[in-house]
Amino acid sequence: MLLIVAEHANGKLSKSSYEMTQAARDCGREGPLTLLVLGSNIAAVATQAALLGDQVLVADLPALAEYDPELWASAVAQIASEGEAHTVLIGGSRSGREYSPRVAVKLDAPLIEDAISLKNEGGALQAEHYTFLARVTERVEAAGPVVVVSIKPGAFSPAKPNDAAAEQYDVELNLPARRVTVTARITEKSERVALADADIVVSGGRGVGSAEGFVELVEGLADQLGAAVGVTRAVVDAGWRPYAEQVGQTGKTVQPKVYIAIGISGAVQHISGMGKSKVIVAINKDADAPIFKEADYGIVGDVRQIVPALMSELKNTH
Amino acid sequence: MRILTLIRQVLDAEESVRMKAGAVDLSSSKLVVDTMDEYGLEQALRFRDADATVEVVALAVGPTRCEEALRTALAIGADRAILVETETPLDVIATSNVVAQIAKLEAIDLIFCGGGQADWDSHALGAATAERLGWPQATWTSALSIEGNQLTGTHDVDTGKESFTMALPAVVTTQQGLNDPRYPTLPNIMKAKRKEMKKLPLDGFGVTAKLKVLSTEVQVKERKRKILDGKDAAAAAAQLVDLLRNEARVI
Repeated sequence: MLLIVAEHANGKLSKSSYEMTQAARDCGREGPLTLLVLGSNIAAVATQAALLGDQVLVADLPALAEYDPELWASAVAQIASEGEAHTVLIGGSRSGREYSPRVAVKLDAPLIEDAISLKNEGGALQAEHYTFLARVTERVEAAGPVVVVSIKPGAFSPAKPNDAAAEQYDVELNLPARRVTVTARITEKSERVALADADIVVSGGRGVGSAEGFVELVEGLADQLGAAVGVTRAVVDAGWRPYAEQVGQTGKTVQPKVYIAIGISGAVQHISGMGKSKVIVAINKDADAPIFKEADYGIVGDVRQIVPALMSELKNTH
Repeated sequence: MRILTLIRQVLDAEESVRMKAGAVDLSSSKLVVDTMDEYGLEQALRFRDADATVEVVALAVGPTRCEEALRTALAIGADRAILVETETPLDVIATSNVVAQIAKLEAIDLIFCGGGQADWDSHALGAATAERLGWPQATWTSALSIEGNQLTGTHDVDTGKESFTMALPAVVTTQQGLNDPRYPTLPNIMKAKRKEMKKLPLDGFGVTAKLKVLSTEVQVKERKRKILDGKDAAAAAAQLVDLLRNEARVI
């Protein structure tokens, strides 16, 4: 079977679950498409998952109320072994990429991380993924009875739900004890659209000048466009913005329809997180900034003049 | 306590990726210690600064050239280094097998590993190593302290940050923000030359790659590069909005 570990949050199946389903449907491997839903009080999520696969396995347990890499890896490996899964798909979220290596080791399986394509080729699984800070595409092949793959968010289009719901089965699991005690959770909530899901991202770097400048220019433009806000590492290091908004090697990877980079010079670590955007717009006072090499459109000028001009242009001509 | 800090030698981020015969060619490029590994090394040295009985061992698994990265780690302050030499590239899961074997041989209590590696674009090495050893892990750690055998820290998760505690032995993966890594000083660079560098061939570890690389291609995304002069801010803004609406059709 093809096993997909469904990702969900706040009682809803995440977009990544639909994307993994599409990856599984198209990869050319045979067997029942099985979604595994892990968590506590997840009946609603299981019902949504039932419209995607041939069957849904549900582990609705109090012990799974909060994510833990060892618990998740243990659960997934047990289900994969018992169901003789040949392909295990896990979301390329921070958590998915954290526990998927444990699953691979438990199953003595190869691991393909952050796959952007998947196809069956003579019994082996071939995939593409990025390397060298997303500057290189590598095609790899994994052979063997089972392969573990994490799927890059946004790389596959979301699957359309089936008309009829698949059967749901409760599963029993033998779970280890938690060894990492979580003493506090800091959820960085934003009123805005989530970075990963946004069609438009307005992002700012050191060139924005200050935390106040961020509110005025970056948030101002983002609000007008209904966009998510992104930032560079330098801005997080300066304490102007929270880490949750960071785009790049150590932050999030985004692939919006348009990425508007304000006062961002374009270090390779930042480019690795946004370089796959469909259209890139750069506004920077330095005509030699590397970001302009990555840009489709750009304005060389002072962001404190250009961004307000953009905002009034958008407002007046809407 | 003995700490193992993993060192990966990668392409300097400022360098462009060169290709030769269908593969990435690093032979004429500037190579550096992966920035993310520097935070782990620094944290290990801070633990040693606070407790002189701590020993810091740097480990690299890779080609002979990685010796240079390990020398840097020694110059920054690691006590000794181990290089498991292989000219054939290993994937992450196979590499974790080597790391786990070394950790057992060396009676390691704590492993630091970069949260990601700038050549593989992988996040897997720390977690895979922890699984092989049967240890807990904390990934993407941005604050860490130790008391007895108890680690306390903060790390990044899907929805924000979490504070955690866990007992040794454990694996911790590191990233920016954890600390400010120190630089090698001249006396330490001189001292590093006399520090132990143990070289082991990969053959003895019984490890084979689990992934086969079929092809490698440098990404070339053609960008339009229509760059406007912003001296007249209003005119440039109007032109840009028009391009985004009517040419790119993205807003």
